[in-house]
Amino acid sequence: MSHPPYLSPGYRSTLLRAPAHPPVPFTADPDTIELTSPVFGHDEVGALDHDLTRRHAGEPIGERIIVTGRVLDDTGRPLRGTLVELWQANSAGRYAHDLDRHPAPLDPCFTGAGRCLTDDEGRYRFVTIKPGAYPWRNHPNAWRPAHLHFSVFGTAFTQRLVTQMYFPGDPLMPFDPVLQSIPDAAARERLVSSFSLDVTEPEWALGYTFDIVLGRTPVENP
Amino acid sequence: MTITPSQTVGPFFAHALPYPHDWELVPPGHPGAVTLEGRVLDGAGDPVPDALLELWLGRTGDRGALRRGDGGVSGFGRCATEPDGTYRFRTAPPAGPYLSLQIFARGLLRSVLTRVYLEDVPDPLLDGLDPARRATLLATRSGDTHRFDVRLQGEGETVFLDF
Ligand SMILES: [Fe+2]
Repeated sequence: MSHPPYLSPGYRSTLLRAPAHPPVPFTADPDTIELTSPVFGHDEVGALDHDLTRRHAGEPIGERIIVTGRVLDDTGRPLRGTLVELWQANSAGRYAHDLDRHPAPLDPCFTGAGRCLTDDEGRYRFVTIKPGAYPWRNHPNAWRPAHLHFSVFGTAFTQRLVTQMYFPGDPLMPFDPVLQSIPDAAARERLVSSFSLDVTEPEWALGYTFDIVLGRTPVENP
Repeated sequence: MTITPSQTVGPFFAHALPYPHDWELVPPGHPGAVTLEGRVLDGAGDPVPDALLELWLGRTGDRGALRRGDGGVSGFGRCATEPDGTYRFRTAPPAGPYLSLQIFARGLLRSVLTRVYLEDVPDPLLDGLDPARRATLLATRSGDTHRFDVRLQGEGETVFLDF
């Protein structure tokens, strides 16, 4: 199993929020609306929405990066025209969110939210800056490794996925209860992006690749 | 291929995921519109102030999912809970007996998926549940408003689907 269990005591917030009952299977028939998903029009996503460094008058502080990859189903088929949303902390580890109390500076040139639709090969591409690590109150001296939050739709509401992408070699990963909630080491590894010299653009930005594989669309019962 | 594991949406998505009129699948005054509202509660019965709910009607519609047009019906809506754990959608009635509802929150390492039945009808999913569990999927109606609370854990825990 790839996904973490709902209850993962090392991550304290799961204690009162994890359902206690096992999830209930449902039969799929042509009227099962969970087998379909919203379709997003190209006119609903702005041409610059994928570039988090160009949303303000000036450029944000930080290490400029390109993050790209493909959204696939579990048979390897690309998912075209699907919505990918990304959000993150700034390079100092602070979110542009009213309730983030981390005493690190806000960046007036960085909000940290972007979106795009995948192309005909299922590919997405974002330009942003590398987020900083940040502390949280889960346990004494708790720090989240640098991460990007991703949200992906797919072709069925049952494929809906929200996840986090990490950076290779981050020393905080072994200590992070959110990443470590995934029991299988190989599955955890799938959330770590790869540095790519091919994606890196000379004199401009470092490149990382991160593919996202969504679950199977439930097949209708014969 | 092996699938990508889920991770929590975390507490800090409000600058990124909500968008204008996200909770309004239909504009005000739309004929036949229904309001769906309720609270998200945790295992202690306390409100969950940082959940994100997504409603899906089963058809994309013509109002736009992200950029709302002036009229028509969108099949998709999104609502972040208020500090008191409440949420609200204005929607068209579904073609069938239920709407699909998915909930994300800090402390949920994976989203939970449920159904909001606007009517208690014979149904393959409902009929397989004991009466107390069945009741967790039935919205209660007063006028044009349907009320549906999501209890993540504990007494009256909402039935969540395996997906
Ligand atoms: Fe985060």
